[in-house]
Amino acid sequence: MNKDRLVFSRRKLVTGLASTSGLLLAGCSSKNLPPTYGNVLRMGDLLTYRAFRMLLPAQSLAREYAHHDISSSPAVGNTNPGDSQQETFNADRGPLYDRLRAGDFADWRLRIEGRVARPASFSLADLKRMPARRQITKHTCEEGWSAIAEWTGVPLRTVLEAAGILPSARFVNYYAYDDIAEGIDMLDALHPQTILAYGMNGRDLPLAHGAPLRMRVETQLGYKSVKFVERIVVKDEFDDLGKIGSLQNGWAWYVGI
Amino acid sequence: MAAATLGEVQQRSVAAHTRWVRISHWILAASVLTLAVTGVVILMAHPRLYWGAVGNDLTPALFELPISRNYKHGGWAAPVTFITGANPVVSAARTYDIYNENSWARSLHFLAAWFLVVTALFYLAAGLVGGHLRRNLIPRARELSPRLLWQDVVTHLQLPMPRASGGPPYGLLQKLAYFGVVFLTLPLIVVTGLTMSPAVTAAYPVLLDVFGGSQSARTIHFFAFVALVLFLVVHVAMVVLTGFKRQMHAMILGD
Repeated sequence: MNKDRLVFSRRKLVTGLASTSGLLLAGCSSKNLPPTYGNVLRMGDLLTYRAFRMLLPAQSLAREYAHHDISSSPAVGNTNPGDSQQETFNADRGPLYDRLRAGDFADWRLRIEGRVARPASFSLADLKRMPARRQITKHTCEEGWSAIAEWTGVPLRTVLEAAGILPSARFVNYYAYDDIAEGIDMLDALHPQTILAYGMNGRDLPLAHGAPLRMRVETQLGYKSVKFVERIVVKDEFDDLGKIGSLQNGWAWYVGI
Repeated sequence: MAAATLGEVQQRSVAAHTRWVRISHWILAASVLTLAVTGVVILMAHPRLYWGAVGNDLTPALFELPISRNYKHGGWAAPVTFITGANPVVSAARTYDIYNENSWARSLHFLAAWFLVVTALFYLAAGLVGGHLRRNLIPRARELSPRLLWQDVVTHLQLPMPRASGGPPYGLLQKLAYFGVVFLTLPLIVVTGLTMSPAVTAAYPVLLDVFGGSQSARTIHFFAFVALVLFLVVHVAMVVLTGFKRQMHAMILGD
């Protein structure tokens, strides 16, 4: 009996080890990970991503602050997608954004596409009718500065579930009205603090901060919190988003650090 | 007994640096150098340091460093008020094209940090098991008398410096310098670095409390870097003054 149990547990141990290493190897499949393009810096980024996912408890909540902790917030990067002088101006979506803004975003729609059961589009009113989350969190910019603000919005998870995420989905990519796109893995996409924010510091999201809707990813650096979100695409496989994504511009894709 | 100890010491001097110490030393040296250069490049993107949870161009800085065109650039649109009161909360759009090489500098910084952390952990484990730390690095209690300390300070101020054999045993100040770097500065610089990470502080918010916020951690990270650079300057100066060829030979070839 004792012996049996010993054998059993040893077998369990071996199976456990084998499946653990299998998991690691499976994770190495290039479809599920950001590509390195043979670039040593991207290999380092990949190591950081995998180590963080392996070592850190999943989906811990970022610290939330008190109302009196709210600080001033610089608005950097694109501060108006309709402005053709901006570096990331898009000739098609820029003028469209201008027209939508002139109409107070009444005709604005957020599209959910890709690996969802029911591709959908939501108006701002639709989103505001969904259960809201309000959080006072710290925005950490890769440049080195930070700011605390109060964000009001709908959890990305709620929106994705409304469209029905397919079980094979692994990544959520989001595109802005300018030439900016970003993506996160499902762990961050379903994080309770990852929200589509339409309010900042108690008022509608200002133009310079991404009106009418921006992403908030509180467990990564500021550039994952894309402003002026236009469309969300759920994917099974990793997509580097081409010339408008961070990777092909030399920036790390995962920036929890 | 005293003779035996001296004999032991001489034997060890002949052995100079062990292979794992030499390998760790050069990997750490390359990592620290890469971290220092990329760290300065990262700092150039935002050469302002703060105390507390947050800090940005619209909040007061502890101090600013004139190390890039971003220094006090003043390229901001008129601020818009969010919240009025004694401590008004404002927002302003940046109208200035800042210097920013963080795309490669950040990734290279973290790549070098991986080399540093992995090598340092190996060094500490090997040093603990083999007794290198206890025998050569940690000063003995009886060594820490003011008289002996003063004696070693005086020795260091005399030129020319006595030639070194290359390798342990180390002098008292030398031990204290290595001990400080290995057990204080490097751990502090790694942990304050991690306190700037939004994912790490979400998992371990206690880090924010320990250092008084991620901006405080950034400032401490900077001062730890300054301390490390000061150590490096003295370290290299001592290598040169005590016989550059002999010392390099000892740390590269181990004899």
